[in-house]
Amino acid sequence: MTAVLPELDIDGPAAPPRSNGELVFAEPWEGRAFGLVMALVDRGVLAYDAFRDALIARIAAWEAAPPPGECWSYYRCWLQALEEVLDQQALVVTGDVDARAATLAARPPGHDHRHHDHHGDGLHHH
Amino acid sequence: MTSEALEPGLDLPTRTEALESLLVERGLADAKTIETFIGIYETQVGPMNGAKVVARAWTDPDYRARLLADGTAAIAELGFKGPQGEHIVVLENTPQVHHVVVCTLCSCYPWPVLGLPPAWYKDSAYRSRVVREPRAVLAEWGTEVGAEVQVRVHDSSSEVRYLVLPERPAGTEDLSEEELAALVTRDNMVGVTKVAPPGARS
Repeated sequence: MTAVLPELDIDGPAAPPRSNGELVFAEPWEGRAFGLVMALVDRGVLAYDAFRDALIARIAAWEAAPPPGECWSYYRCWLQALEEVLDQQALVVTGDVDARAATLAARPPGHDHRHHDHHGDGLHHH
Repeated sequence: MTSEALEPGLDLPTRTEALESLLVERGLADAKTIETFIGIYETQVGPMNGAKVVARAWTDPDYRARLLADGTAAIAELGFKGPQGEHIVVLENTPQVHHVVVCTLCSCYPWPVLGLPPAWYKDSAYRSRVVREPRAVLAEWGTEVGAEVQVRVHDSSSEVRYLVLPERPAGTEDLSEEELAALVTRDNMVGVTKVAPPGARS
């Protein structure tokens, strides 16, 4: 994976202007959702084409009937597509995500922030 | 799964975290790899890769020929490839033809050379309007395309991703390849704008 991607100049004359580079993720969770798909594709857990088909369907469904009051969110569709494909393959069924999300949402204040050093805080399974 | 999943208003960050934690527990993903990919696409892969391709094509006629004949292979020569960038077709803008790229289905995009798609590329307004009225959309970007110039809109797909090779601006004869690359923006390579001459940008 990283072997095919060279180190590139971020600064200096070889790096084109970064005014070019608006924020690519509006919120951190969008980046996580993106990275999750890439990591699963890289490992062969997820077929990108299957994910992409699901993503297209989600986007089309939203555009056909936007829920009242709901703003367009590309990464909401992205996350829905990921959940759908993982559910279909019985890798992570939707009920499990519901339950885990409820557990996480119930964390006391101060535990609902992500820290790299405390990834999966309270959820150690090794 | 049913459409009940992910109700509007659901806490998407928590949902994402829940999914990630389950995948990590089950040995299907690990946080380090996820973060590596985020980092790759945020910082290492991006418009600068495409700009280097463009600058090389402007300065090396042989490379330009290879790039137009087989974009994927010529881009890989510079070391740029990735999980979704296997089939890249390069479209050359000329005084006669202006190319602009869209993905009407979703947001197919040549990630290894342009990084992640910008918000407007994914916007349904851009996706529908650029097909119907490309000249009006270009005008809103401040891009003047003469009536004698043909505008061609290219719809990306999972099979083909497009990269626009913009016209080299006048007054850049003495610039180095690196200096030329610094002139080229992502929007130039999607085709919604032209490359501004040196000093024209703030």
